[in-house]
Amino acid sequence: MRALAWLIPLCPLVAFGLIVAFGRRLPGQGATVAVAAMALAGVLALGVAAEVVRTPEPLELNLRWMVLGDVPLDLGLRVDPLSTVMLLVVTVVGTLIFVYSIGYMHGHPRFSRYFAYVSLFGFAMLLLVLANNLVFLYAGWELVGLCSYLLIGFYFERPAAARASLKAFVTTRVGDFFMFLGILLLFATLGTFRFEEIFAKIRDGALQGLTVGGVPLLTVAAVLLFGGAVGKSAQVPLHTWLPDAMEGPSPVSALIHAATMVAAGVYLVARTFTLFLSSPGREALEVVAWVGGITALMAATIGVTQDDMKRVLAYSTISQLGLMMLGLGVGGYAAGMFHLVTHAFFKALLFLAAGSVLHAMHTNDIKAMGGLARVMPSTYWTFVIGGLALAGVFPFSGFWSKDEILLEALHRGPAFFALGALTSFVTAFYVFRVIFYIFTGTPRWAQGVHPHESPRVMTGPLWVLAAFAATTGFLGAPPLGHPFQHFLAGEDAAASPFALGLAVASLGIAGAGILAAALVYRWQVIPSARLRRAAGPLYVLVSRKYFFDELYGWVFVRTTLWAARALRVFDVYVVDTAVNLAGLGVVGLARLYRVVDLHVVDGLVNLLGYVVGAAGALLRVVQTGRAQNYLLAIALGVIVLLAAGLVR
Amino acid sequence: MQVGLGHYLVVSVLLFCLGLYAVLSRRNAVAILMGIELMLNATNINLVAFNKYAAPAAVSGQVFALVVITLAACEAGVGLALVMAAYRNLETVHVDQINLLKW
Repeated sequence: MRALAWLIPLCPLVAFGLIVAFGRRLPGQGATVAVAAMALAGVLALGVAAEVVRTPEPLELNLRWMVLGDVPLDLGLRVDPLSTVMLLVVTVVGTLIFVYSIGYMHGHPRFSRYFAYVSLFGFAMLLLVLANNLVFLYAGWELVGLCSYLLIGFYFERPAAARASLKAFVTTRVGDFFMFLGILLLFATLGTFRFEEIFAKIRDGALQGLTVGGVPLLTVAAVLLFGGAVGKSAQVPLHTWLPDAMEGPSPVSALIHAATMVAAGVYLVARTFTLFLSSPGREALEVVAWVGGITALMAATIGVTQDDMKRVLAYSTISQLGLMMLGLGVGGYAAGMFHLVTHAFFKALLFLAAGSVLHAMHTNDIKAMGGLARVMPSTYWTFVIGGLALAGVFPFSGFWSKDEILLEALHRGPAFFALGALTSFVTAFYVFRVIFYIFTGTPRWAQGVHPHESPRVMTGPLWVLAAFAATTGFLGAPPLGHPFQHFLAGEDAAASPFALGLAVASLGIAGAGILAAALVYRWQVIPSARLRRAAGPLYVLVSRKYFFDELYGWVFVRTTLWAARALRVFDVYVVDTAVNLAGLGVVGLARLYRVVDLHVVDGLVNLLGYVVGAAGALLRVVQTGRAQNYLLAIALGVIVLLAAGLVR
Repeated sequence: MQVGLGHYLVVSVLLFCLGLYAVLSRRNAVAILMGIELMLNATNINLVAFNKYAAPAAVSGQVFALVVITLAACEAGVGLALVMAAYRNLETVHVDQINLLKW
């Protein structure tokens, strides 16, 4: 079964090809094909997983692609616990979201194209997680970036969506550039792209003592690779694209911008964890932890101030990704990946539930909602389950995974623990703020809005995801002996021992967050307006997203525009002048040459013709055509010859 | 006065020159043919005279003269036929008016 892993990414690729080629003529306008392919990939992934559980040793499938010099480059897949976990997450969440999309995108004029894009995304993501070398990982990495771009800009009639897609593409490209540098650095020093060989060489001390500008090379390479993860996983300072990416369809936000693609950065760090670990003094991991921790807290606080439902979830995603990075950075390899898995389910659930609300209300503004619990019970309950999981309430999945991360952070340093704990509090606060705004209280609906529960094709996946969100936590629950961690990291999984006190504390933090949200937004004991006033400039700072967009607008966009204008002046006055001068010179030369042509060349030709004509006219006189004349000439000739003979 | 080879030759030259003059100066095709006949006869006189004075034993000069007479007859026949044909088609026997092939 493991040897058939190569079929898994192929399924969505075939679906993509079919939909592109036949489109609307396929059953269900292509949706059926896409769902079937993804479901088939899911079944295969389950089969692979069942075997990997029994034999966790990595299996590599290689197909020689080309040879660079004497370095072979293989289209290589690696089946090991880490890639298996990602396979399951991508295919299961993917299938559910594909099904949901049938209802959500129903009647859209570009329905088939949507399913073509998401199928291509499925292929790219599966290629990314299965790749056993940096080149194919990078190929999948860029392909998912492309799909993200296409799907954010899916409603390209809206200028905001077009701008958002461009922003996402360009911003992640900045990170990808660093990642590419990292790949090249590793290749230049180690001469291979394959993870296994890279790690083996590092373990043998191949790069020990090498430095780049005074910094150990291992750290530089790891941090450069992490640059790619920062872009893709929307970490500070490259996080600004993800909230704007919410311009895409909600299922896309759920699949790509919450569950899978943005988690690719976390996956990258986990995949190359050996590299990060071996950087002297764990400097690289230190960087990861700080970036993740700061991102987590910063994005969570922004989430509190946003009124756009999907934007809150987007900041929540950034924050949770930061938490995963924090988990990895403090050495909790299994903890970070565990949170990735649980987050994929509950965040996809939250986004799909939000999409269901959007489907009914046609607005993202939580202040124009309220009291939807009675109208949309399925959406309400699934949203609450997702919210509880996100807030980290026992026994939902987020509780177990977040607890693991906090535990690891506590072992590593109090600063990291503080960041994580504060994030947890703010997270619980903002998610329940959104829930109270949307589902409770009196309706504040706009005129002419008649919300109704979504069709079953949409609520079905919601309930399935809710079941996952509620239960996946037990996969890594300490009372059950950390089965997930052992699967991922082997028997030597250095999972910190379960601390009951910490678990209670983290539950208390989550409860406090929920209680605070209820006080402000449910019972309105403390009016939110007074809170805003009390916070003063701090509120402005947070609600304007720490002015990152403005800063980038000033520093990068303005400088670029200024440079463009300067270059335009250069273009118009210098380059154009040179071109025009050259043109004028050529025209002058042509004029000169025309004179030569007319008078010298033509003159010569005419002269030749004239000479020939004149010679002809002269000789023509001799040719009278009268035999008598010729005869006379002959006679005279004879006489002359005779005379000459006589004289001699 | 003994008639010698010289006398014959002088007669022959005079006759030839008359024939040549006729051929060169006359426009009438029949007259030109007659000039040609004169020149042929001048050569005949030459041949016979040379046969008699230079090699009296041989008869080749006489035979040659006979051949030339035969040839002259043929030439006259063909020539007059051409003149007749030209006259029928063009209604003239003046050679300078027969200029259809001249550019």
